[in-house]
Amino acid sequence: MLDQAYYDKAQEIIEQHGVAQASLIPIIQDIQTEYRYLPPELLSFVAKQLGINEAKAYSVATFYENFSFEPKGKYIIKVCDGTACHVRRSTPILERLYSELGLSKNKATTDDMLFTLETVSCLGACGLAPVLTVNDKVYPSMTPDAATELIQELRGGEA
Amino acid sequence: MGYMTINNRKVAFTDEKNVLSVIRKSGIDLPTFCYHSELSTYGACRMCVVEDERGKVFASCSEVPRDGMVIYTNTPRLQHHRKMIIELLLASHCRDCTTCHTNGTCTLQKLANQLGVSFVRFENNKPQVPIDESSDCIVIDSNKCILCGDCVRTCDEVQGVGILDFAFRGSNMKVMPAFNRIMADTDCVGCGQCRTVCPTGAITIKQNISPIWQHISEKDTRVVVQIAPAVRVAVGDKFGVPKGENSLGKLAAALRMMGFDEIYDTNFGADLTVMEESAELVERLEKGENLPLFTSCCPGWVKFCETRYPELKKHISTCRSPQQMFGAVLKEDARVNPHDGKKTVVVSIMPCTAKKAEIHRPEHFTDGEQHVDYVLTTTEVTRMIQEAGIDLSTLEPEALDMPFGIASGAAAIFGVTGGVTEAVLRRLVNDDSQQALQEISFTGVRGTDGLKEAVVTLGDREVKIAVVNGLANAGKLMDQIQSGEVYYDFVEVMACRRGCIAGGGQPLPIGPRTKKARVEGIYRVDSMAQIKLSNENPIVTTLYDGLLKGKEHKLLHNHTDAE
Repeated sequence: MLDQAYYDKAQEIIEQHGVAQASLIPIIQDIQTEYRYLPPELLSFVAKQLGINEAKAYSVATFYENFSFEPKGKYIIKVCDGTACHVRRSTPILERLYSELGLSKNKATTDDMLFTLETVSCLGACGLAPVLTVNDKVYPSMTPDAATELIQELRGGEA
Repeated sequence: MGYMTINNRKVAFTDEKNVLSVIRKSGIDLPTFCYHSELSTYGACRMCVVEDERGKVFASCSEVPRDGMVIYTNTPRLQHHRKMIIELLLASHCRDCTTCHTNGTCTLQKLANQLGVSFVRFENNKPQVPIDESSDCIVIDSNKCILCGDCVRTCDEVQGVGILDFAFRGSNMKVMPAFNRIMADTDCVGCGQCRTVCPTGAITIKQNISPIWQHISEKDTRVVVQIAPAVRVAVGDKFGVPKGENSLGKLAAALRMMGFDEIYDTNFGADLTVMEESAELVERLEKGENLPLFTSCCPGWVKFCETRYPELKKHISTCRSPQQMFGAVLKEDARVNPHDGKKTVVVSIMPCTAKKAEIHRPEHFTDGEQHVDYVLTTTEVTRMIQEAGIDLSTLEPEALDMPFGIASGAAAIFGVTGGVTEAVLRRLVNDDSQQALQEISFTGVRGTDGLKEAVVTLGDREVKIAVVNGLANAGKLMDQIQSGEVYYDFVEVMACRRGCIAGGGQPLPIGPRTKKARVEGIYRVDSMAQIKLSNENPIVTTLYDGLLKGKEHKLLHNHTDAE
């Protein structure tokens, strides 16, 4: 059971979008934006409020890679591994980030909840390949060294 | 209305909703996994593909018939296509057919054989997941799932429960409850309708066969069995008995050969239910409280009401279900009478998977003793008969045992939707003339509609009745009752469409023709019965004056709230 404040916030978001089954995705997107992840309890809550079966809501939320039931870090780094980025050597960038952050394929978020590292299939910016994003900011023509620098910069900003 | 050409033959169509129905009507049994006429069209399995004269291939389930259409159902291209689908389905499917519970009834197995798929080129590299045996009613083995979605749509559209749905996507897609919970942690009502539509062994009945053989073999144990109304018209299915024929006598003979000690009829329990429930209705009508009275025979419905409409729970009759009334009486009898000092084990044979969960509910114990020890579904008892090497169809019918072997026609019809209501009305009108019986049967309680209504005059009062089957229909009715949109005095609910004859534990396949034959079979049992009213069953009277005296409430009603 989450703190009541979570449910109040979810209720507020539901009211913004209106109680309609079609609002499910925008509502859970906003919840995810608010908390940087989708708390499972809130998905059940939203489903109940909208009159959708919990299983159906879970079906929708798991269909889209974008929704996460796990809390994410403050900086969400998405490394593009689409065809263009892949051939322009995105893999070494990803590997550097893994080692820099102590993460792996099975562990996406650092223990200090600062970074989450994900790969995406295409960011739609193939002309800038290889590309990555940090939250919504795009970093074009990346290299492993530039990635290391970027991490240091972000860590520095925190200190 | 129009004509289409199917394989160079001209075929007329009228209001068929899709090309597949026209093809099937013309005598060609096009294979399908995901198409059921009672569910929405999904178009996923692509087995029903046909080709038009221009070579376009499309799924016939998802195409509306048009005048002048020219289609082919069995071109080499289509044959190749279907075979490939089966091969790909088999590639990621557990292929241990010999040890599968659906061996012999599996649609995937049948079609692989029918289409001549003799070799699978691909390795199964799908990670295996554990089998979910947490529910008392059903077992889910996702490794055998072919993602046809039949269970998902049945649970949602027909039953309005919506426990199962697809999760994840692509090659990771699986059917599961929300958050991959185990079934025991969900609000599953246990109706087993998902199992009746599952084309493979992914959803099967929780089996209770082995402990029963064990008890039968114990010398100091008396194994008493009760047989539910809907079992007798389905148990012959696997032995070549015509669909819907009453096989109660043959079943009694088989059970005796297998070693069951005493064989009784749950219809007798149903007679007790009629007595108690009609008295309860009269009492509530007089007091004007907790109306409408909801029936309590169906455990799927009881659980549905508790989880979805807890505020309406007080409307549910306090009467135990026929299985539980009879179980309580049998256990009381065992306490009072010595029976040579033997331990009594009560087994019931039910068309229903939810009954397996009902026996464990806390209110179904008396003095700490469970009323019914095991529930066997019709499907399991069929297996036991086969295991024993008995051919049911060749047996001479035998009578049930006394003292609980007589039941009325009113009790027999509990197996179909509207039956409980009709039986209660017979008791209240209390007239077994042909005319009176016919009048009751024509009030609107019979038939296969999801919601039926009847108004009956009892004394100086008009009683408004609703008879609903299928939990999605029940849900709609509950919403209307809660909003005050409709008013009824008595509401009968059966979780499964058409009632227990199509229950989750019945032998498969349960197609429209089978359902019809079983309904007719049940009404035939009633027509043949010499006693039509529950209150005219002589054993009921004897029991009320004897064993039940002073214990009616203790044995026949639930009283968890009072305790």
